[in-house]
Amino acid sequence: MSHVSSKGLYYTIFISLIILTGVTVAIARVDLGAWNTPIALAVAAVKATLVILFFMGVRNNTPLTKVVAASGFLWLIILFGITMGDYLTRSWLGIPGR
Amino acid sequence: MNHAVNEPRSYLDAPYGVASWLLTKDHKRIALLYLISITVFFLIGALFAAGIRAELMTPEGDLFTADMYNKLFTLHGVVMVFFFLIPSIPATLGNFLVPIMCGAKDLAFPKINLLSWYLYLIGATLTLGAVFMGGVDTGWTFYTPYSSMASNTNVTLAAVGVFIAGFSSILTGFNFVVTIHRMRAPGLTWFRMPLFLWAMYATSLVMILGTPVVAITLLMVGAEAALGFGIFDPRVGGDPVLFQHLFWFYSHPAVYIMILPGMGVISELVAAVSRKQIFGYSFVAYSSLAIAIIGFLVWGHHMFVSSQSIYAGLVFSIITMIVAVPSAVKTFNWTATLYRGSITWESPTYWVIGFIGLFLVGGLTGLFLGAMGLDVHLHDTYFVVAHFHYIMVGGGVMAFLGGVHFWWPKMTGRTYPETLGKISAVLVFVGFNLTFLPQFVVGYLGMPRRYHAYPEEFQILNVVSTGGASVLGIGYLLIIGYLVASMFKPRNATANPWGATGLEWDIPSPPTTFNFEIDPVVTEDAYNYAGRAQKTGDN
Ligand code: HEM
Ligand SMILES: [Cu+2]
Repeated sequence: MSHVSSKGLYYTIFISLIILTGVTVAIARVDLGAWNTPIALAVAAVKATLVILFFMGVRNNTPLTKVVAASGFLWLIILFGITMGDYLTRSWLGIPGR
Repeated sequence: MNHAVNEPRSYLDAPYGVASWLLTKDHKRIALLYLISITVFFLIGALFAAGIRAELMTPEGDLFTADMYNKLFTLHGVVMVFFFLIPSIPATLGNFLVPIMCGAKDLAFPKINLLSWYLYLIGATLTLGAVFMGGVDTGWTFYTPYSSMASNTNVTLAAVGVFIAGFSSILTGFNFVVTIHRMRAPGLTWFRMPLFLWAMYATSLVMILGTPVVAITLLMVGAEAALGFGIFDPRVGGDPVLFQHLFWFYSHPAVYIMILPGMGVISELVAAVSRKQIFGYSFVAYSSLAIAIIGFLVWGHHMFVSSQSIYAGLVFSIITMIVAVPSAVKTFNWTATLYRGSITWESPTYWVIGFIGLFLVGGLTGLFLGAMGLDVHLHDTYFVVAHFHYIMVGGGVMAFLGGVHFWWPKMTGRTYPETLGKISAVLVFVGFNLTFLPQFVVGYLGMPRRYHAYPEEFQILNVVSTGGASVLGIGYLLIIGYLVASMFKPRNATANPWGATGLEWDIPSPPTTFNFEIDPVVTEDAYNYAGRAQKTGDN
């Protein structure tokens, strides 16, 4: 890594992560119905993105490194997305006996 | 070649002794360590297969109990897939050739390369431990609930072994990607690379992106058993079909880990035996990447009858038709390369022709299975067994053996009797078809896989299959015999016995420890046979 970020930036990210952890705990206490899981995952995704971009230094890295990091995410989306494509459409035909 | 006294010694002669081999960082020595290890596992896996075929000689389940039979086919699958076929080409030919084809002295991370071999051995030992403690009976797919709630065998130990071996292939893939990105010789642009490098690159991507998923999945099975998390067990809110999603998300791409390297080998061999530039080089190169990427989108074709949503099945079925296209591109381009080539009938030629025929049958029957409606009839029958053996053994193992025959003089400095090389290729081809062609028929007629007994009317076809397996076995043993024998003969291989192009053929057989005395500079495309013929005036 050629470029080293300032201390202040690291503290800002650290505090943001703490706040987001607070958010995670807070929304766990509120029942959002079907949105429970998606919102919890969204907060987690934001936290992971902050860690990858700043603490792991991907933001100031070569394009190739960015592609590698992004493709890891993309593959996770493929895994979750297509699997959910099964679960969410299973009931479309109706379940015999119900 | 004249051997001057102070010429650098070959990698086989440079420091001697057991320790110098077991602690080596030389990619070529690690390739040989792997070659020996996977051969041992091939023989162990073959022993289990012999048990299966012996049982199926007769309709009654008389030789083994049902439980014992379950263990035989499970161990056959686990050993052959995870400890033979997945490491076969990448860890042996790949380890040996990737740095040399790049014009480099070694892989990017030689110590990690050695670590991968040790991880492989540790994983293999644990899984073998499970065998001696009573075996595993879940099938190589470790489906829940066989592997969780209903498990009564050493699934955990076997799964831990597979888990650890998985890291060995991640490390190999990682090493190859970095080497191909960073260590290519001056002038070796991406589109001058031998197609074997493209194939190894695509394979490495699949290894890196897919293997962690199966590792975590096996870990989750363990976590559920030990800590009671509700992941796959419906009693605590889990779903057993989720296991199949996670497993096949890795294992369909993993079937490409097994065949892409074979395709890379065949691309090299086709060009060499027909003395021609490969037809449509860039299409063959890109099709490897296409297979690697689209291969991640089709896993649900293993789950058409698993209670997976029919709409998801529909999409998986359509994408499965698409993934066959890049494989077809390769097959057509190999054929077009052979067409009007100056084909020489040397032993690698036999393996190439055998591969193309068998892979074609395997790939086309994959399309039958990918058709969602037809698969309801064919799923879990011997038709599926025949399909994947045509690809994995007819394709994967033929390509591996073709590659071993092609590069053996380079790797060991020895030649083997050409006639025996040809005879064994024919034996393997004939034995293979006798073994697996009847299984298409018997499966289509309705014989399910994974039972030790079957209705009487299927006996004739099963006897043919067992007979064929014996011919196949003789073919394999013959190869091991003459290759091992060649090691006890003097080194007689020239630097370029096939008159092939490629950096590996410009250096001595066997190469010296650091491969190149002078750092190579690449000035021409791969497979420039036309240019070479002009220069030397031969052909
Ligand atoms: C060329 C394109 C291919 C297509 C369209 C295809 C399609 C399929 C389909 C639909 C199945 C599921 C059948 C069922 O369980 O009912 C299947 C099973 C299988 N295929 Fe392929 N396949 C292809 C290539 C390959 C390759 C390249 C390999 C391995 C190198 C492979 C190995 C397997 C294995 C191991 C299974 C069975 C797994 C099990 O249930 O134990 N296939 N294939
Ligand atoms: Cu598949």
